[in-house]
Amino acid sequence: MEHIAIIGNGISGITAARHIRKKSNKKITVISSETDYFFSRTALMYVYMGQMKFEHTQPYENWFWKKNRIALKKGYVSKIDCTAKKLLFSDGEQLSFDKLIIATGSKANKFGWPGQDLKGVVSLYHKQDLEAIESLAPNNKVCKRAVIVGGGLIGIELAEMFHSRHITVTFLVREKSYWNSILPKGESEMINNEIKKNGIDLRLGTSLQEIRSDSNGQVKSIIIAETGEEINCGIVGLTAGVSPSIGFVKNSMLETNKGILVDKNLETNIKGIYAIGDCAELRSPSAGRRPIEAVWYTGRIMGETVAQTICNKETPYTPGHWFNSAKFFDIEYQTYGWVNSEKHMKANEVHFHWQHSDQKKCMTFAFDKNTQTLLGVNSFGVRLRHEVFNDWLTHKKTIDYVLEHLENANFDPEFYRTYSKDIIDKFNQEHQSELRLRKKKWSQIFTLKS
Amino acid sequence: MKSIRTFGLGLLLAAFAVFISILFVGQYKLSSKALDAFCVQKNITSPIFINTLESSVIEREFNTPFYLANTIAKSVKSANIAHKKNKEWSKVIWEKPHSLAYQLVKSSGIGVVVQNKVSLWFLSFGLAILGALLFMLPAIELKGPAGIKNNHIFHKSATNRGWIAWLVFMFLVGFYIVLYFRPSYMINWIYLVDPISESISGHSASQWFLYGFLYCVVMAVMAVRMYIKYRNNKYQVLRTTSVLFFQIVFAFLIPEILVRFEKPWYDFKNIFPLDYDFFFRWNLDELLDSGGFGLFVLVWGVLLTVVIVPVMVYFFGKRWYCSWVCGCGGLAETLGDPYRQLSSKSLFSWKVERWLVHGVLVFALVMTGLTLYGYFSGSYKVYGIKVQTIQDVYGFLIGSIFAGVIGTGLYPIFGNRVWCRFGCPLAAYMGVIQRFKSKFRITTNGGQCISCGNCSTYCEQGIDVRAYAQKGENIVRSSCVGCGICSAVCPRGVLKLENGPEQGRIGSVDVLLGNDMNLIDQLDEK
Repeated sequence: MEHIAIIGNGISGITAARHIRKKSNKKITVISSETDYFFSRTALMYVYMGQMKFEHTQPYENWFWKKNRIALKKGYVSKIDCTAKKLLFSDGEQLSFDKLIIATGSKANKFGWPGQDLKGVVSLYHKQDLEAIESLAPNNKVCKRAVIVGGGLIGIELAEMFHSRHITVTFLVREKSYWNSILPKGESEMINNEIKKNGIDLRLGTSLQEIRSDSNGQVKSIIIAETGEEINCGIVGLTAGVSPSIGFVKNSMLETNKGILVDKNLETNIKGIYAIGDCAELRSPSAGRRPIEAVWYTGRIMGETVAQTICNKETPYTPGHWFNSAKFFDIEYQTYGWVNSEKHMKANEVHFHWQHSDQKKCMTFAFDKNTQTLLGVNSFGVRLRHEVFNDWLTHKKTIDYVLEHLENANFDPEFYRTYSKDIIDKFNQEHQSELRLRKKKWSQIFTLKS
Repeated sequence: MKSIRTFGLGLLLAAFAVFISILFVGQYKLSSKALDAFCVQKNITSPIFINTLESSVIEREFNTPFYLANTIAKSVKSANIAHKKNKEWSKVIWEKPHSLAYQLVKSSGIGVVVQNKVSLWFLSFGLAILGALLFMLPAIELKGPAGIKNNHIFHKSATNRGWIAWLVFMFLVGFYIVLYFRPSYMINWIYLVDPISESISGHSASQWFLYGFLYCVVMAVMAVRMYIKYRNNKYQVLRTTSVLFFQIVFAFLIPEILVRFEKPWYDFKNIFPLDYDFFFRWNLDELLDSGGFGLFVLVWGVLLTVVIVPVMVYFFGKRWYCSWVCGCGGLAETLGDPYRQLSSKSLFSWKVERWLVHGVLVFALVMTGLTLYGYFSGSYKVYGIKVQTIQDVYGFLIGSIFAGVIGTGLYPIFGNRVWCRFGCPLAAYMGVIQRFKSKFRITTNGGQCISCGNCSTYCEQGIDVRAYAQKGENIVRSSCVGCGICSAVCPRGVLKLENGPEQGRIGSVDVLLGNDMNLIDQLDEK
């Protein structure tokens, strides 16, 4: 019986294991040094905030693995012997495999700041990070202030976490506006506002000089590069992005760049060894996609894909249209296709932006100025239907068509007010056009289809 | 703001202390005139019973109702033992001892409580309502802007099975046991709502009036909490208004007003088999004796079960009833909302749920079948079993213990839908329709799910919503009551309750949206 070893029990590795089990009888071993069982790291914040218990982050009950003959092994792989097809563990143990899937995920970026490894400096990625945060910042008596460095999605999650325990948060963002390398101006500014409204001390255009410690080697304060200001704090969160966690393959025969290089079948330069998820770097990503995409669903799709290939059905990794989602305090965000920030806007890309006066909802539509086809949409505070936008992107619908049919793409709960009319009015005004909102027909209410 | 909150809590606790102490005060004297009148009215002829009471309690003053109630109940039992032994069947008292005791005790109150009904009402009910509101309203300010705020739910003793939860559990269980089995022990509470009862139905209050009134008050106060907590979510606001309306108007006011017009007490939205005694002999007789109105109720009741329920469930799912109309659901969605995260999501619980809830449905149907057979054949026994015995067993085990004591008592331990999930026969019936023939589903939004598990955690029915959402499958589970909280707590906008075509309702594909893997190949393999 062929033995498939999988390093990493995150979404990528576990999805691969489950799909291999669905399709075959192969022996499967999933190895992790982090936890005994698969959990959703996306939910770590909710555990600290008391919205969930850690057990709630585990999508499968503990009996699931034995029942499905997926062996779980706790251990740290220190070396891969590609020729002998063997894994060497840090405790000296060995494990042979026939095929190997590497799904070791990411680690937090650190840019050589003085004091970056002090006690009290954390990130938010692993279960161990959550435990560290819980012990360092259990309440606002033990930890009076938290400083977060790096204005991305994890940074804002950390801010919300500390805020939930009434700990004062100073949020250092290097850019002039939150996440403005990704978000267009109007949206980025709306989120700045939301962060401040929640009582976060947001410092834009501010970067970290160094982290200082007290006599016990514990974080005491940070120094701001631009002003030299010292801010006392009990904990520092480093959230300046993540990069592939591939330290243990550095001296193997596996080819790496930022991540482990893989071909379109997710196979590395060594036959029978695959890499998926955050740690994989595609040699030639498909159009409109990046070589490394550290998001939840790409890990899942890679797991689904590699399982096909391993079960003798060679399948290339072909993600469809880009999409993503996040939540900034109370504002939900969804994106389909590409809406680039001013900094990265394509030559043919133009934007139409609508914002509600309550500063909680806005949408940006990106379209091609020559062909008028939709390139992407960013939506804040209004839920959109994935299926519909996916379809519109595939069929290259024009911005006119999209706006006229916007009601069909709404995914907000029943009885919610929709804003399609306001949006189309604003577009008409700006473009001197006369688009008319196509109201959902009664028949459509019962069929849901566009 | 914080101090208002603390003050409110203090007021609530003080009012609660008053409420509890009221049980132990007052004076009670059963006059021989009252006893005589009662015996005439109830056609009680047992000399043993009357003599025992006369020698022990009549015209004597007591400071609590407990001794009086127990003595009366004991006298009924001992008199019956003697009469049955002597085969004096006409002297046997058929009324249940504690039910009879309750009625006599109700007419014997003379002291401070009966004399100060209104002021004591304000000191207990009034202050509790005020305190609760003062405790809750500052949340608008304290808990930050509108949006889902479930912070610290698992850090708090009250909502994470801590000591507060166990105290609440004990109080609720105690309350239901007294209500069902020793109503005379809460006689003073019943006195407090006499004025309200008299103004609505023209009669003094019974323990059921007290229960109905308390139910409405608790729901109304906790609905305010819902309005604050979910003020960002119109579905929740409308749904809460709807259950509150149906409880106050249909379950409370209309039946009491019917009584004022000498019609049978009837809740127009209580549906068989949840309304398990609808086909009982006494109810059918009463309805048939009530002329055109009785006949209308009879037809309406049958129509509800046979036509309206299946049609509505087909178009909207069982949510139209369970979380928009039903009284049990109404309490669960208001008083029970803080406890929704405590329902078990394990596969084991799901198995238990399916056996139990369908078991109760079968029990209810068999009981009703035998009842109707007995009714039409004119016999009190079917296959040698007394129909009354089966009804009593159902009433005790399911109607009182399961729906009341366990169903509500366990809110703080096993979540707010214990009865609806494991016991309600109507929910089971609607669940079968919802699963196999309905337009309702919770749609999963393509590939957006990040498996965080908020949906599963906050599902009051213990459905592992995430298990479906992360596979891109829609949720069509029979137990789903459509409360909409999974959709509300989802941080990524993945879930939406909707009614759509049956085709593609489950929408399962092996590979989720976002992956352009060749789907046709995938399908071929199946």
